Parts: sequence; structure tokens; C-alpha cells
Amino acid sequence: MAKKLPKTDVVIIGVGWAGGIIASELTKQGLSVVGLERGKERVTEDYYMAHDELRYALRYDLMQDLSKETITFRGNEKIRALPMRQYGSFLLGEGVGGAGVHWNGQTYRFLPYDFEIRSMTEERYGKDKIPPGMMIQDWGITYDKLEPYFDKFEKMAGISGEVNPLAGKRSNDYPTPPMLHTPSMKMFVEAAKKLNLHPYTVPSANLSESYTNPDGISRAACQYCGYCERFGCEYGAKADPVVTVIPVAKKTGKFEIRTHSYVRRILHSGGKATGVMYTDMTTGEDIEQPADIVVSTGYVFNNTRLMLLSKIGKPYDPATGKGVIGKNYAYQVIKGNAVGFFDDQKFNLFAGAGSLGVCVDDYNGDNFDHSDLKFIHGGNIAHTFTGQRPIQNNPVPEDSPRWGKEFKANSLKYANSVLTIGSQGSSMPFRHHYLDLDPTYKDAFGDPLIRITFDFEEQDRELARYLSDRCGDIMKEMGTDRILKMKELGPYEITTYQSTHNTGGVIMGASPDTSAVNNYMQMWDMENLFVIGASAFPHNSGYNPTGTVGALAYRAAEGIVQYSKKGGLLV
Amino acid sequence: MSEQDQHSQQNENREATKTKESQRMSRRKFLTRSCYAVGGVVLGGLLGYLIPKERAKPATPPAPQKQEANYNEALMFFTQEQYAITQAAVERIFPADDNGPGAKDLGVAFFIDHQLAGDWGFNARDYMQPPFYVGEKTQGYQGRINRREIFYIGLRELQNYSQKKYKKDFPALSPEEQDAVLTAFQNDEVNVTTISASGFFNLLRSSTLEGVYSDPLYGGNKNMQGWAMRDYPGNQMTYTNIIEKDFTVVPPQSLRDHL
Ligand SMILES: Cc1cc2nc3c(=O)[nH]c(=O)nc-3n(C[C@H](O)[C@H](O)[C@H](O)COP(=O)(O)OP(=O)(O)OC[C@H]3O[C@@H](n4cnc5c(N)ncnc54)[C@H](O)[C@@H]3O)c2cc1C
Ligand code: SF4
Repeated sequence: MAKKLPKTDVVIIGVGWAGGIIASELTKQGLSVVGLERGKERVTEDYYMAHDELRYALRYDLMQDLSKETITFRGNEKIRALPMRQYGSFLLGEGVGGAGVHWNGQTYRFLPYDFEIRSMTEERYGKDKIPPGMMIQDWGITYDKLEPYFDKFEKMAGISGEVNPLAGKRSNDYPTPPMLHTPSMKMFVEAAKKLNLHPYTVPSANLSESYTNPDGISRAACQYCGYCERFGCEYGAKADPVVTVIPVAKKTGKFEIRTHSYVRRILHSGGKATGVMYTDMTTGEDIEQPADIVVSTGYVFNNTRLMLLSKIGKPYDPATGKGVIGKNYAYQVIKGNAVGFFDDQKFNLFAGAGSLGVCVDDYNGDNFDHSDLKFIHGGNIAHTFTGQRPIQNNPVPEDSPRWGKEFKANSLKYANSVLTIGSQGSSMPFRHHYLDLDPTYKDAFGDPLIRITFDFEEQDRELARYLSDRCGDIMKEMGTDRILKMKELGPYEITTYQSTHNTGGVIMGASPDTSAVNNYMQMWDMENLFVIGASAFPHNSGYNPTGTVGALAYRAAEGIVQYSKKGGLLV
Repeated sequence: MSEQDQHSQQNENREATKTKESQRMSRRKFLTRSCYAVGGVVLGGLLGYLIPKERAKPATPPAPQKQEANYNEALMFFTQEQYAITQAAVERIFPADDNGPGAKDLGVAFFIDHQLAGDWGFNARDYMQPPFYVGEKTQGYQGRINRREIFYIGLRELQNYSQKKYKKDFPALSPEEQDAVLTAFQNDEVNVTTISASGFFNLLRSSTLEGVYSDPLYGGNKNMQGWAMRDYPGNQMTYTNIIEKDFTVVPPQSLRDHL
């Protein structure tokens, strides 16, 4: 029998970005909140020895321990899903702060087009533009309605940036000015302007200058240290829940974080959540935490898995297209890029910051005409300058061997002379891409792992090729000596890192028939359960997701406070 | 000054200037210059942490008079034979040349030995639960054996193949013959059963690069010479002053300098 603890107002499952935002907003409003986090406590001092490529980038020191829990994957329903035994395609967070600790901090807002993608696509190109099986749907909210929440997230994190001329309207400028520009970023801007594109500086959660946010939290400026993506920031310059929202929640005296607490079930009776059951990883004890309101913020995979394990909501059935939990799993089409080799020019590639870069949105969303193209949507194209650490960055020309004398000579020659322009292609949902429980493989407790069924489609192949060509156009204009471009996207594979931009599974929308949560992230089928994260995205845009996750979390927080007073469905 | 000269100059400077006291001063200066406090507000616990307290003098041994023995250069996992094969193989993957030392002199075989001795060798943080099935390439490694065992078998197979083909042990082959053996593994032209020959080769290659370029604290990248060859500065507090500039050579520092 599980030990039963006293009831709390709200229990949060997972204390990353979404969980941290909820904790700070609800405790400020006087609610008592317990945060259950399966990993350990984290503080900035932990990263004092952080400039260690082997430990963090290759041995994944900050990421989820796969020996306890992983995912399984198959390209389609005909083959057997097998576990992701080692890291590759994406890197899951664990510990207080979640993946918000080792993220880059590129903080975009999705486009107005994203939120009304089906209506706007049909309106401009007609119904036939959307191929059979592509499950795009409107999000049940518009950009204008979400704008104040984007603003709130950006002010909390202190985002450094400049206005993107091709994005939705902003109520305010970015709270801090854009990051500094490297010579290569200047080259990109010049080249893009020559091609009549609209370059701007990547919005950055690495602070361009020291900043005090509306909660009174002060943080130092980024030092461009080159150890950002996959690392914690030893300066607290990178916005991360641990140095922003969590201390605000703690200060209220209303927030208790319990680490090493693995949530395994959401408990419910009579259509309402009653709390959660978790295992204390230090003692092995099963514990019940009752609560008036349950908030699931365990990232895409565990948000979906907990619904399925706890039998909440209707599981998605790809055969009929009915049901919602697990539906619309999408990812990111990230391989369309162009690499430029500069024979006589060197750059300070060892330096950089996770969100240092310049980009264009001329080929993102519906900012360009798709009438003659075999895909919809697009992607952000960027030249980023994130620190080329030496183990992982040894680009050599295509005709060069991969080891031996010639490899060594070439890899040294180009170590500081290779620039990349990459794209973040959007990812549309398809009927046969989904998440469900694996029938064979289990986690350390014996519970089924989540199973991904996903592959790239014609839409993705066309999009990647198109974006790769556009990257090439800009790179050519930058005056490189030779360009290496992606030629074919190939099948989706789990082995090489692409991005930790998984989306879907517990999607939002205007109706319980087609979505799991409403636009406050409230479960249609269980009004005191809120499920927050990129799991709510009905498709993935051509950007990094967290700006939009943050906006949805702030909106959800408002809804939860409202619900705590009045109850009932908020929409 | 040619780049080569610059390197040796920097190496000398580095050797000459490293004392605990000077690092402390430079960190202090760094913190003052970079306005660590916002409007006089001290930022979290970090500031106190970054400036070592005067009394907290670490118990470091007295500065060596001459080159000391490196007691880290011993074996935790490999037998001497395995060590010799590894050393010969990694040197072919990243050989000494005009640019600088190869994997052998950089200590890469010690690096691999030390890595295999720990978590990584046991695949401790990988999912290793059954059942094991042969999967699609897109599904990644699905074997049941860990990296220790892969090396154990792979090195033996390198030896077997060398004996079969040249009647000699791998380390005794000419560099060209060693390349031919490694190429055969890379292209799966070798008949091994329990592991994939190319899988072993790829592991060997990736751990060679790790040993060449990881912080010297792990036993490779000896004296930061791996970094020096490509003007990689290792671990630095800040690049704010050069981020807008053209290529700048920054003398490397390791994590040891951060303590
Ligand atoms: C290398 C890398 C770079 C990235 N760069 C960017 C970027 O530049 N821009 C951007 O927008 N996004 C980026 N991301 C993505 C970003 O990190 C995520 O979108 C963001 O962290 C998601 O927030 P979240 O709160 O939903 O999940 P997380 O931050 O992952 O937090 C989830 C938390 O829940 C905990 N948890 C899960 N299950 C349980 C359970 N059952 N019981 C208890 N606790 C549980 C986890 O341990 C974790 O701490 C990057 C990600 C990675 C890995
Ligand atoms: S690049 Fe900047 S934000 Fe990123 S870890 Fe370094 S100092 Fe922190």
C-alpha cells in the first residue's frame, strides 16, 4: 500500500520550463504547490566545471538516464519497435530545470499562420493543397490571443533580440538588445540583404546584457563561452528555470520541490484527478500525493505516457483516426542545410553562445507562395555561432577520407574555416505518426515505454531539399570556396542528433473530438487536470518550440488560478 | 610569425605563467571587469563561489622542480597486449605529421583504457534490457554486449585478421598494412560473428577523436597538444572581448586552470 500524504492545492509532475512557470505563477497567487521531479536538485555552482565537452556533450551528464527509461521507435506500423538504447536524435532532460538547463535558448514565437494553419492553407490554396493523411488542424487559439503570454515569457527570461519583420505583431520590444555579431554573422546579413531577404538576430535567452526581470530576478550577461548547448551555464546568463522561475516560487514559501520522485500514475475517480502516485527513488517507496489540481509537465513523452498508463482520455487509433491521446506526433525537419568551406578565411569558431546567430523567415510558414511547391509551411534559416567544440566538429570536404593522414590534415585545416547555414523545417502531423505504449519494452518499474511510430514523408523530403537549396543560395553569396549541401533527407533515424523538438500526443484544439486539451491546457475529459508542454502542439512549426511552450504555460497558469476559484471547464 | 612559431611561443608562455596565485588574480580581475553584479546586487551564490576564499588554499603539492612522472599513465582495463594494439590502431586513425603529434603521443590509448574502466565501458546509462532483436539501421545499436566486450573482441579480431593475412601481430605490421586491416574492418570485409566489424571500427574512430580532443584530465590530449594543433583554446572564462573580431589565437587552458 502506498503511503498517503496530506493533500495539497496543486501537484506538478516534472519541474522543467513548463513546471517551473506554473509553480511561480500559482504560488504568487497564494496556491500551495508540490513539485515532483524524478531527477536531482540543481544549482548554478554545479556548472563550475562545465566546460567539459566529453562529460556533457558526449556522455550526456545532464540528460535522462536511459537505463531506467527510454522510448521505442519504428518507422512504420509494419516493423517491430526497438528501444533507443543510446542517445541520438534527441536529448531528454532530467533533474530540476529539465531540458531548460542544457538548451540553447533560441526563443521564437510561432507564426500567426501556425495557429490557424488549416483554415489559412485552405483559404489561400484550396482544400486540395493538403494531402490525404496530413492531419493539420487549427489550434483553438489565435496568435493575437497568445501575444500577451509570449510577452510575459520573454520578459521573465530577458530575451535579447530585434524585431523580426516577417513575424506576428508585438506589443513590446524585446526586453534586452540583440546579441553581438561575429564577422560571419555580418557576412550572412549582407548576403541575405543582397538576396532581398529579411535578416534579423536570433532571439536569445543568453542575455546580451545584465538584466533584472519583473519578478526582481537579476542575471549577468552572457560571456559567449562556447559551452552552451548541452551544458549548464556557470554564469546564470542563460535563462533556465533554476535561475528564473523556481527561486520566485520558492520565495513565496508555498512551493515544495521533491526531487528523486518518479511519478508513475495520475490517480482519479469519478472523472476527476485525485492526485498522483510516485516512487521515491532513494527509498523505493511508493507514495500517494493527493491534490485538488494535477498539472502534468513531464515533456512530450511522459505527458502522453502518463495519460495512457493512467487511462485518461481516449487513446488515438490510427486505423480509424479516432481518439486523441498519442495523436499528431511530429518532430522537426532539420537536415536541410549548407556547409561552406573557406580556404583562406578563419573565424573564432571556438567561441559562441547557444542562441548566437542571424536568420531569415522568408521561407518559413506561409511567408512565401506555395502554389507551385509540393509542400506546405517552411522553416527558419539561420547561421548560428554556438561554439564548435573539437570532438564533435571535424567537418571535411566530401571527397576527404574520414580517418588517417589526409583526414587529420583536412580536419585541422578547416577547424576554424567552416560555416554552416541550417534550417529548422516544420513538421506536419500524419495519420500514421503517433505515440502509444510499447507492447514489449518496460522501464525500471516494469511499466511500458512509450512507442514512437514516425518517418519522414514526401512533404518533408520536398521541404528539406527546398530549404537546403535556399541555405545554399545564401552561403554562395557569402563567398565560400565550396559548399556541401544536404542532397536527400533519407528516412528518419534515431541515431544522429537532430533536435529535441518533439511535439504532439496531448494536443490542444477547439473540440474534444479532435483534441485532448483546450486552449488553457485543461483536459476536456478531466477538468482538474492540466497537461502542458509541446505535447499540446497539433503540429510543429519551423522554429524551436520553447517560446511557444512558455506562452502556453503562462496562459495555462492563468486558467488554473481561475479554475481554482470557480471550477468547471474554462472554455 | 608563422602559426607554428606562435604555437611553441604560447606553449612556453603557458608553462611559465601557471601558478595558483596568478589564476586567482585573473579571475578577480575578470569578475570586476565583467560587471558581475547588476547595479550593486550580488548575483546569487555564484559570485562568492567564483572568488576562492583566501583561507581555502587547496593542498596542492609543491611546484615540481623538473618534469614529474605521470602516475595516471597506467592501465585500468586493458592488458598490455590490448594496449599495444589500441595504440597502434589509433595512431593510424590520427597519425603524427607536420601539424603535430598523433594519437599515440597524445595518450589516446590511455584515454580509451580509462574510459572503458568506468560507466561508459559498462554502458551504465544505456538501455540494456532484453529482448534483443536485429533492427533496422535507423533504430540504432541493438546489441546485448557492452563497450568493454566490444573492445575485447574487436582487438582480438584485429590480431586474428593480421595473423591470417600477414602472419604478424597488428602492432608489428607496416603502417600501410595496418591501414589495410583497419579498412577491411571499416568496410565489413572481415568475418566476425559476435560484433559488427564496422561498428567496432566506428567506435575506435570516435573514441580516438575523444581522446585527442577531450580535456587532458581524462588522460588524452596530452599537454593540450590536440587543442593547440587546431588553435582551440579549451576552457576560457569569456570571449566577449573577441566575439566580434576576426580570428584570434587564444592560448589554451584546461579545466585544471579552473580549479
Ligand atoms: C540540446 C538541446 C537544445 C535545445 N535548444 C533549444 C532552443 O534553442 N530553443 C528552444 O526553444 N528549445 C530548445 N530545446 C528544447 C527545450 O529544452 C524544451 O522545449 C523545453 O525544455 C521543454 O520544457 P518542458 O518543461 O516541457 O520539459 P523539460 O524541460 O524537459 O522538463 C520536464 C521535466 O519533467 C521531469 N519528468 C518527466 N517525467 C517525469 C515523471 N514521470 N516524474 C517526475 N518528473 C518527471 C523531467 O525529469 C524534467 O525535469 C533544446 C533542447 C535540447 C535538449
Ligand atoms: S554561452 Fe553564454 S549563456 Fe551560454 S553557457 Fe556560456 S555564458 Fe552562459
